[in-house]
Amino acid sequence: MSVTPFVFHGCVDLKEMLPFEARDVRELLEQVGRVPVESLFCHTAAALLHRSALPTGYPNDFAHWTGVEMRDQRLAERLAAIDPFESRSLEQMRDELVATISDHLQHFPAPTPAVRAEPFRFFQAHLVPVPTGHQARTLKEFRDALAEVDVSALFYHLIEPRYRLSRGRGDFAEWVASAVDRPDVAERLAGIDPYSGSLERIRDRHLTVLTAALHAEPR
Amino acid sequence: MTSTVSSARLDDYREVAPRGAVDLLLRLGERLRGRRLIHVSASRYQGQTIELLNRLVPILNALGIDAGWEVTIGTGDFEGIARIIGRALTGTEQVVTDAMLERLRAVCTENAKRLRLDADLVMVHDAAPLLLVEGRSGDTRWLWRYHHDLSSPQPQLWNVLRPVAQRYDAVVFSDARFAAPLSVPRFVIYPSVDPLSERNRDMGRAEQALHLDRLCVPRDKPFLLQVGPFHRSHDPLGVINAYRLVKKHHDVRLVLAGPPPSGPGDDVLAEVQEAAGHDPDVRIVALPPDPQTDMNALERSAAIVIHKPLVTGFGINVAAAMWKGKPVVGSLAGDIPNQVISGATGYTVETVEGAAFRIRHLLGNPELIGRMGAAGREHIRQHFLITRHLGDYLALLALLTK
Repeated sequence: MSVTPFVFHGCVDLKEMLPFEARDVRELLEQVGRVPVESLFCHTAAALLHRSALPTGYPNDFAHWTGVEMRDQRLAERLAAIDPFESRSLEQMRDELVATISDHLQHFPAPTPAVRAEPFRFFQAHLVPVPTGHQARTLKEFRDALAEVDVSALFYHLIEPRYRLSRGRGDFAEWVASAVDRPDVAERLAGIDPYSGSLERIRDRHLTVLTAALHAEPR
Repeated sequence: MTSTVSSARLDDYREVAPRGAVDLLLRLGERLRGRRLIHVSASRYQGQTIELLNRLVPILNALGIDAGWEVTIGTGDFEGIARIIGRALTGTEQVVTDAMLERLRAVCTENAKRLRLDADLVMVHDAAPLLLVEGRSGDTRWLWRYHHDLSSPQPQLWNVLRPVAQRYDAVVFSDARFAAPLSVPRFVIYPSVDPLSERNRDMGRAEQALHLDRLCVPRDKPFLLQVGPFHRSHDPLGVINAYRLVKKHHDVRLVLAGPPPSGPGDDVLAEVQEAAGHDPDVRIVALPPDPQTDMNALERSAAIVIHKPLVTGFGINVAAAMWKGKPVVGSLAGDIPNQVISGATGYTVETVEGAAFRIRHLLGNPELIGRMGAAGREHIRQHFLITRHLGDYLALLALLTK
């Protein structure tokens, strides 16, 4: 039986500024309720594409801005806890963001921004998919290619389908389950927490699972 | 043949770019093969934009893009007017007369007839050629790439030029905080450093020593470095004061390097020299006309790089220092906070005292210097290299010329 090869795609992304910005927490609440849902994706899950792998403190742009520019650590922590990878849809995540900020404002007055505070500027990302030239027909080829491809492939095959397009467990797990018939490995790949800080870290975790699976295979 | 030669040049970046990045660019180039992209600028000499185009245009051609670079021609008065308008757009009050604007328009109209602008995408760089778009025709898409700060342009001038900017299909800024409100799509593309340029290429210790000796910078103790013009806006006096606070605890030297003042103005070289007094550990270096290699040597030899302007544009010099594995103590001006991840790749500070405190902390914990320097280099590799910039331009071509 011929195996459908896995064709690795990466992506280049361009950030477009939207005509929305917030100068304090109240305005943030207003704008989060109004901006296109694509923008919320850009500032949460897609922050993995733009953020450095270095420890910058907060995992999404809303928490980062609230903590750094508004100096409201309490709200920043609560926004950081909103996990875009657990929300069932981007609209649900919007609801969570709005509920969290609203609740916070009911209990605590909006802090006065520092004189030099930068406003929160809303963006949306345009992705241009690009084939990487790598493809795989076996689990070993898959592991080897995953180690070599541009890191944007992790975003394109994991984050984009799962969290923006609501498509299953992500392309890697789907292919491993169906094309090479390794549902056990697929399950472990699908279980990798994408909330681990960086795309390189996510790549490392996938490689660990795949290498362990290859070692366990009968020779 | 040209393609092979230039292709090899892109291959040279494999060792410095993130893994897989060069392959992705080659594939993206294949996808866009044959599309015609014309850059237009008012000069082919001087400036970071020009250096970027000098490197990018041949690589784009090697990738199969039909890339060209046109330069507007104007007389001396046009260049003077363009400089005034450039300053006014960045918010420095200037006298801009109707006659000046008419002259700008006339030169652009003349150039529009002369230049070869039949392309899928025309990318116009900065203010001088802005009005070329008034002659646009056909299916060509037009993009204005403004490299400076347009957040607070001189209002009377912007009232005239804003409708012109809105005749473009999109505008690209170097940072969100530099953007002006416009009704056309606005993208953000950060500047970049070229790791293979004279400014940033690898350089051995022996070669560094040669340059330091020539610049009369002794090599007997660690030194702090600021590279930048001797202008108040770069706060060299504040840097000297920070050094003095550090000097009480650490035996270091301070090197202030910059181009010699070109004429009367806001330069404070005399004050800097006076402030340095007779301290033999403060070295003031007037850089030669083409200082790229010297700056490379200085940055690679420094223990810590300071970049403390009060006002700046993007401040890509910070990335250049970080690429050399140096922690940077920088101000909050321009885009420095986006480059220096405070606490991870260096520190951002608001005051002289803050700079001194952070420098002392680094000198007192030398392992941090290495760790932050390495983290900074990796941060630049991921986000501020020319390979990323090339990908951004290819993405623009893909998005705007579908």
